[in-house]
Amino acid sequence: MIARIFAIARAEMLILRRNWWLMMATGIMVLFALALTFAGSAPTGTLGVDMLTVSVSSMTTLAVYLVPFLGLMMSFDAIAGERDRGTLSLLLTYSAGRGEILMGKFVAQVTALGIASALGLGSAGVIAALYAGASPESLMALFRLIVTATLLGAVFVALGYGVSALAESPAAAAGLAAGLWLVFVVLFDLGLLGAVVMDGGGMFTQKVFPWVMVANPADAFRVWNIAASDGVAISSGMGGAAKTLPGWAAPVSLLLWPLLAFLLARAVFRRVEP
Amino acid sequence: MTDNALIIRSVDKFRGKTQVLKAIDLAVAPGERVALLGHNGAGKSTLIKMILGQTSIDGGDISIGGAKPGRTVARAKTAFLPESVNFHPTLTGHEQLTLFASLSVRDLPDIDALLDRVGLAEASNNRIATYSKGMRQRLGLAQVLLGQPTVALLDEPTSGLDPISRQDLYAIIDELAAQGTAVLIASHALTEVEAQTDRIAILRKGIKVADDTLDNLSRGAGLPTRMRILVQDGQADQIAMATGGTRINGASVELYCDAGQKMQELRRIAAMGDVVADIELTPPRLEDLYRHYSTGGQT
Repeated sequence: MIARIFAIARAEMLILRRNWWLMMATGIMVLFALALTFAGSAPTGTLGVDMLTVSVSSMTTLAVYLVPFLGLMMSFDAIAGERDRGTLSLLLTYSAGRGEILMGKFVAQVTALGIASALGLGSAGVIAALYAGASPESLMALFRLIVTATLLGAVFVALGYGVSALAESPAAAAGLAAGLWLVFVVLFDLGLLGAVVMDGGGMFTQKVFPWVMVANPADAFRVWNIAASDGVAISSGMGGAAKTLPGWAAPVSLLLWPLLAFLLARAVFRRVEP
Repeated sequence: MTDNALIIRSVDKFRGKTQVLKAIDLAVAPGERVALLGHNGAGKSTLIKMILGQTSIDGGDISIGGAKPGRTVARAKTAFLPESVNFHPTLTGHEQLTLFASLSVRDLPDIDALLDRVGLAEASNNRIATYSKGMRQRLGLAQVLLGQPTVALLDEPTSGLDPISRQDLYAIIDELAAQGTAVLIASHALTEVEAQTDRIAILRKGIKVADDTLDNLSRGAGLPTRMRILVQDGQADQIAMATGGTRINGASVELYCDAGQKMQELRRIAAMGDVVADIELTPPRLEDLYRHYSTGGQT
């Protein structure tokens, strides 16, 4: 089983390298991370934290948008595209089960996202550290950012498989993926914000809101990075909601989501007739 | 019956309310080559999908060497060549075949030798995007040869192949059969399968209307042999009158006779003397048979 997953992952990795996905994802991450690091370096003095901390906090905000996008772009074609090309029906006649095929693709694409995150966010972090110094604490925050960004990517890669299996065509899968991105990254937060404003600081804002927020993987990612580092919390000004939650809430959410999303995608994929 | 590699027993399939396959029975023994003929929409591809376990079986059952379709055991025993086969364009032929091999067999076979066998040795390290349709078909055939399948399902295997490649293809199919694989070839290219199969099954609108050797099918259909008589000196009218045939033009007459009366008829015409310049005989071809069985004209 492991051998079959590995065989698929190896082929997928080759494809990601050949069609420039790995290069492009890494390039986009490096560019955005560098831009944010230098553009965001202004408030360093006023907040009393080092440049890497500020950089990590702005990269957290960036990654919430960018990483789910890259994950979905990488994965939406995984099943719909194979079905469209007619390669899926042949692949499925082999002994590898559907779960194994999906896992092989998952391993390869999450690894690719991990490489892109490590190189992209890492290079920006290294430059910030060289330029203005870094503390062990801020290096830890950078490391945490890279790991959690990969986890966040894994969630959306798996969700992408789900819509890919659900869609009739690659174009429909792309549309559904865009919809997923919009809902999880933009509309969910807007909705919550609206609810908080309507509620006017009542029961909902106090007790329910933080839990609903952290149930969204994108927000869990944000909360985990912010709550874990005082410096990042200060420079992002978003520590308020995070403080009312126990420390384990965001990590549990972000660790459970990839698993949940993968199981969901596998369940949908099982019903696909190639 | 139990030693058959592939057994299909009174299988039904519905798409919505329409029944696309009705009580299909078909068995293929190890080493046997069976052609599955039918027009588009006759249910060939659906039947193959059912054998592969990729679509549900609504009645009856299918056994692949004793295993149910779709099970891991059954998948391991089955090789499949889809109609106009396709692969990921960015992989090379060698990489694609290596992937399939590591998904199906424990010990990696000699991929280079396999690619050489299907005539792709030189292109093995080129990306599949650069392959012609015929080359993709060859690569598809190479993956059928991986491992020693109990059952090989080939859906329109000759589509896109030039005549020489077709000969190669049938040589490979014969090899497969010789090593004991039960081969089922779905096709509507009738002339292709004529000489290359042991048995022919014909599907029409989801019903199996024939399943026998070519000889028996010809006899069963009772199709006449066509005779064309070339006549000298514009005497076609007289000859047509004398033989009971149809005058085609001033110099030839056409008539049909049953297989049993062929010699008798020939002697009669030969006795007519110098007026008859030549006789051309056309035995019933698979096309005629196919038309006979697939339009519902069977007796």
